[in-house]
Amino acid sequence: MEFLEQLIQQLINGISLGSIYALIALGYTMVYGIIKLINFAHGDIYMIGAYAGFFATANLGLPFVPALIVSMVVAGLIGMLIERMAYRPLRHAPKIAVLITAIGISLLLEYGGMLLFTPQPRTFPNVLESVTYHMGPFVVNSQQIIILVVSVILMVILTYVVQKTIIGKAMRAVSFDTDAAQLMGIDVDRIISATFGIGSALAAAAGVLVGIYYNSIDPLMGIMPGLKAFVAAVLGGIGIIPGAMAGGVILGVIEALVSGFISSTFRDAAAFAILIIILLFKPSGLFGKNVREKV
Amino acid sequence: MRAITKKDLKIAGACVVLYAIIEALLQMDIIGSFWELNLILIAINIIMSVSLNLINGYTGQFSLGHAGFMAVGAYVSAIITVKFHLPFLLAIIVGALGSGLLGFLIGLPTLRLNGDYLAIATLGLGEIIRIVILNIPYVGGASGFMGIPRYTNFTWAFFVCLFTLFFIKNLVNSSHGRACISIRENEIAAEAMGIDTTRYKVIAFTIGAAFAGVAGALFAHYFYIAHPASFTFMMSFNYLTMVVMGGLGSITGSIAGAVILTFVSAALASWPEWRMIVYSIVLILLMLYRPQGLFGNVELTSLSIFKRFKGGSK
Repeated sequence: MEFLEQLIQQLINGISLGSIYALIALGYTMVYGIIKLINFAHGDIYMIGAYAGFFATANLGLPFVPALIVSMVVAGLIGMLIERMAYRPLRHAPKIAVLITAIGISLLLEYGGMLLFTPQPRTFPNVLESVTYHMGPFVVNSQQIIILVVSVILMVILTYVVQKTIIGKAMRAVSFDTDAAQLMGIDVDRIISATFGIGSALAAAAGVLVGIYYNSIDPLMGIMPGLKAFVAAVLGGIGIIPGAMAGGVILGVIEALVSGFISSTFRDAAAFAILIIILLFKPSGLFGKNVREKV
Repeated sequence: MRAITKKDLKIAGACVVLYAIIEALLQMDIIGSFWELNLILIAINIIMSVSLNLINGYTGQFSLGHAGFMAVGAYVSAIITVKFHLPFLLAIIVGALGSGLLGFLIGLPTLRLNGDYLAIATLGLGEIIRIVILNIPYVGGASGFMGIPRYTNFTWAFFVCLFTLFFIKNLVNSSHGRACISIRENEIAAEAMGIDTTRYKVIAFTIGAAFAGVAGALFAHYFYIAHPASFTFMMSFNYLTMVVMGGLGSITGSIAGAVILTFVSAALASWPEWRMIVYSIVLILLMLYRPQGLFGNVELTSLSIFKRFKGGSK
């Protein structure tokens, strides 16, 4: 009985952590779907988003929702700027060159952040009252509920944008066949830029939510969640939007279970172990179809 | 084809002269302990970047977990000297065998992946190695493996580095090396020509990992301590920067990359945050303006100035 209680408690924690991973993973998956690039700097965009949210609340005194929007806009613009400056000139370069550039951008954001924001962790202002609800033996924090609600709302908006709007249709077309999309009169560069903007905005939202939940942000906070969100994207099938959402939640739950039942030091190892297992046995991910490589 | 050519002997002679000069300067205390540290670090970094170049540059398999193998070499060799009180040379060899074996075991399944996936998988494996070490109390766990004797000095570092360079140079110029290069150039074509691509990828990965273990052994026996926090993926990125800067597929390029970046980080020692910013800007600018690195895949020794030293042996 006690085992079952702990299991459900860890599931609750895992789902709220997992929805953060899902938000970051969406950016990875959208960018990969369109230009086949693992944007290593994506985790650092999440850090930038957290800092933008921090300055919006602590220095400008904004409440939660406007701060969230400000941070999403700032990170979206930075994401588009990075794409314009660093990735667009390399559109036809070998993949490894783009990957190394992405690593370079990631290091630049991390250590540039250390220089600009100082390496000391900052305490995120308490913009949302934290209330703890006891439902029988289970403990749910109001912030966990807010994380879940905000993530679900953002994912619904994203799904609407991708499925129902013109720009979403163009994104799907570019992801399906870039050359054909270009021939149909779609401005591919603009669509790629928009994809980076949307993905970065989602990562920024995740950054603000984490800032509120854990109360502490620092310039290197993006490394691990960034890598894990990538694992989540691969788990769900990279390039597939519902896959990223599901992958994020599954990863969050597995991590919560590992830290609850085995040891929290193995939490990070669990994520990478999942990555390697999934890459070896089903590289197309849980939601992916196998594509045969053509010579 | 002879294993040791006249040119090799000349280069070896030049290296011995270089060693004698630096060692003399060290003995006369003209080079202080700060620069002695950096000379040893240069040797270790050359071993790391040349062995990474074998995997990333010559075989074209993008590995980001090199620091993990360095950690294995450091810990295994430290166990040999601290727990079993065996000589240093044996520790280096066992460290190399240990990390080579691990490289083989890891390489066999993961090298089926390619490109970005391999990069992320090796990064993850490097981190897993580190986390596993962190949880082994026998080697000190999170507080690190302390009390390692300082056996590494400039002589050890220099000659082990020289051995590594000759080994990898000869490997690359052998039929094995050409098989590796053909995999880099076009894996499908290489396979069609009858090259067992998996076998050569695993060989390159194993040898690269083994030399990373050698570098780890030197590293641990210089700093008295092997600490899991020293071997994060940031360390792997460091070596990646060296290799990319020098040129993927150029041994002299890797040497130049290791020397330049070690000097840069020594010069920026008082401003550690600037060091990584310089590294990252170097990476980005190189990819934008000179993606083949300083030397491309050309060896410095094959440039025309050096041609006349060749002595006609080809």
